[in-house]
Amino acid sequence: MFGYTLQRIIYTAPVLLGVAVVCFALVHISPGDPLISILPADASVELQDRLRVLYGFDRSYPEQFILWLGRALQGDLGTSIASGRPVTTEVMRAVSNTLMLAAVATVIGFVLGCFFGFVAGYFSNSPLDKAASAAAVFGVSVPHYWLGMVLVIIFSAQLGWLPAAGAGPGGSSGWKFDMEHLSYMVLPALTMSVIPMGIIARTVRALVAEILAQEFVIGLRARGLSELGVFLHVVKNAAPTALAVMGVQLGYLLGGSILIETVFSWPGTGMLLNSAIFQRDLPLLQGTILVLALFFVVLNLAVDVLQSALDPRIKR
Amino acid sequence: MSAPFLSIRNLGVAFTGGTRPVRAVNDVSLDVGQGEAVALIGESGSGKSVTMRAIMRLNPEKRTRLQGSIDLDGRDILKMTPRELRALRGAQAAMIFQEPLLALDPVYSLGDQIVETIRRHEPISREAARARALELFERVRIPSAKSRLDNYPHEMSGGMRQRAMIALALSCRPKLLLADEPTTALDATVQIQVLLLLRELQRDLGLSIIFVTHDIGAAVEVADRIAVMYAGQIVEQGTARDLIRSPRHPYTLGLLKSRADGAMVKGARLEAIPGAPPDLANLPDGCPFAPRCFLAEDACHTGRIEMQQIGATHQARCRKLAQTLDMHAAQ
Repeated sequence: MFGYTLQRIIYTAPVLLGVAVVCFALVHISPGDPLISILPADASVELQDRLRVLYGFDRSYPEQFILWLGRALQGDLGTSIASGRPVTTEVMRAVSNTLMLAAVATVIGFVLGCFFGFVAGYFSNSPLDKAASAAAVFGVSVPHYWLGMVLVIIFSAQLGWLPAAGAGPGGSSGWKFDMEHLSYMVLPALTMSVIPMGIIARTVRALVAEILAQEFVIGLRARGLSELGVFLHVVKNAAPTALAVMGVQLGYLLGGSILIETVFSWPGTGMLLNSAIFQRDLPLLQGTILVLALFFVVLNLAVDVLQSALDPRIKR
Repeated sequence: MSAPFLSIRNLGVAFTGGTRPVRAVNDVSLDVGQGEAVALIGESGSGKSVTMRAIMRLNPEKRTRLQGSIDLDGRDILKMTPRELRALRGAQAAMIFQEPLLALDPVYSLGDQIVETIRRHEPISREAARARALELFERVRIPSAKSRLDNYPHEMSGGMRQRAMIALALSCRPKLLLADEPTTALDATVQIQVLLLLRELQRDLGLSIIFVTHDIGAAVEVADRIAVMYAGQIVEQGTARDLIRSPRHPYTLGLLKSRADGAMVKGARLEAIPGAPPDLANLPDGCPFAPRCFLAEDACHTGRIEMQQIGATHQARCRKLAQTLDMHAAQ
């Protein structure tokens, strides 16, 4: 178990390096001069050159990359061109907001998805299955920004039960776990949970139907296990795959759904990416993408390790 | 003679759900005495496994129609409530499957699966159940039994898996063991070891065994009596000696001739039974074997063929028994 974990950790090193190269290359692949956006249109050539030296854009690409990587390893992702604040601070604040939202959304999606999936798999081809599967297809295919806006219209505009936008008093950095702040999270989290709910429901339905068709289920009944006992075996057999799907979904949601965070003005990574793109704030964009990619890698690592703990057939 | 331990009377199993019901088992009657081993032989689709699963009511309830009766120790299994059935399964009657890799839960260790089964039926501690699991592993002669308890099914060889499956089946000291082609998935040398183990356990523990196979050699090795199935019916049954020395049903004759082992002469043709088994959703009138039978005459294609008593222990379901007797006399 420990050896396997260590091996997985070592395997992530080349992935991380690749991620860093791609993030860095983004600046240079994208057309246009990153300095144009912060300089006045009539800036002198000397001023442009001074800033270029200041940001290190005058050096060769490998040199820039090594300098950037060296600073990034020490937690310094540079300075946001638009706000002048350190990128690390901006990204971490956004990440913590997105992390909360994504975690809550994934938990809701996982619970509902597993419920619908198990019902559909256990009663496959019955009306119950049809209803549960319809809910799953709805989750995967409904446009989320549209669903978000509809929920806002119903619960905020019409009924006035929940706030429509923002992260509550204190804005992007004043989050507390109290009723008032949580009420701001309900609508975006629900909207966000619909995606993993649909995907997990469909995966679990297929898994459960496949497991129930296997001979060992007859073997379990032949030992006198009750339906509940058999169900527990089915759950343990379905868990590794369901968890892997959930991990990947959490990874996607950590990237922050740009659309959902924009609809609800949720101060997370999605919104940060959105504004970094529009303001051509390349250090911020680079930093955000790097941190998100890191999360994705770490999350997949965690899922791999967890899966091997649950399913003995995955080599330890 | 006292009532047999297991008594199957006029068992019929039909699967509904298709356009026509599939009559997989028709009018099967079979007795198994205490401590007796009976082999069910026949080709694929002859209803052997369906009969076995009917004894534990393991066929899908909703799509299965059962007729007749299966008395085990005086109680009719076909009339049991779900709760009574669960108490029966694994405790009084246990089953060994053809492919243990498919029939064991892949994500639980074998020790855990045995402990779970014991604790399902008996109120004993985890430690006591674990100790019994170890005894069982030693009983079926799994080497380094203690560490093997923590193995998962995929970590064992085929022969060892089947031994572990036998240990699991014996975990609650059942009186009836149903072995569904327990050696088919194993290679030849391991087959013999597993057969000898079953034979030994049967003698030592006084088990009644029903043993499904399509290998006549294996049936003779393990069974006191043999029943030959064709198209969901038992066409002939008797002691192993009756069946091998003087088979009387034309199908049994064909089966014995089509064996590829024994004194096969190089270059000699392997005799096969011509034709294919009938469609179980559309069984012909009369004898189901008649279309493939070399002795068949018009009378064989109509009416119901009854089981004929040949000797004290020997029965066959055929109208041409006089001819098959003549064939033995001619030899």
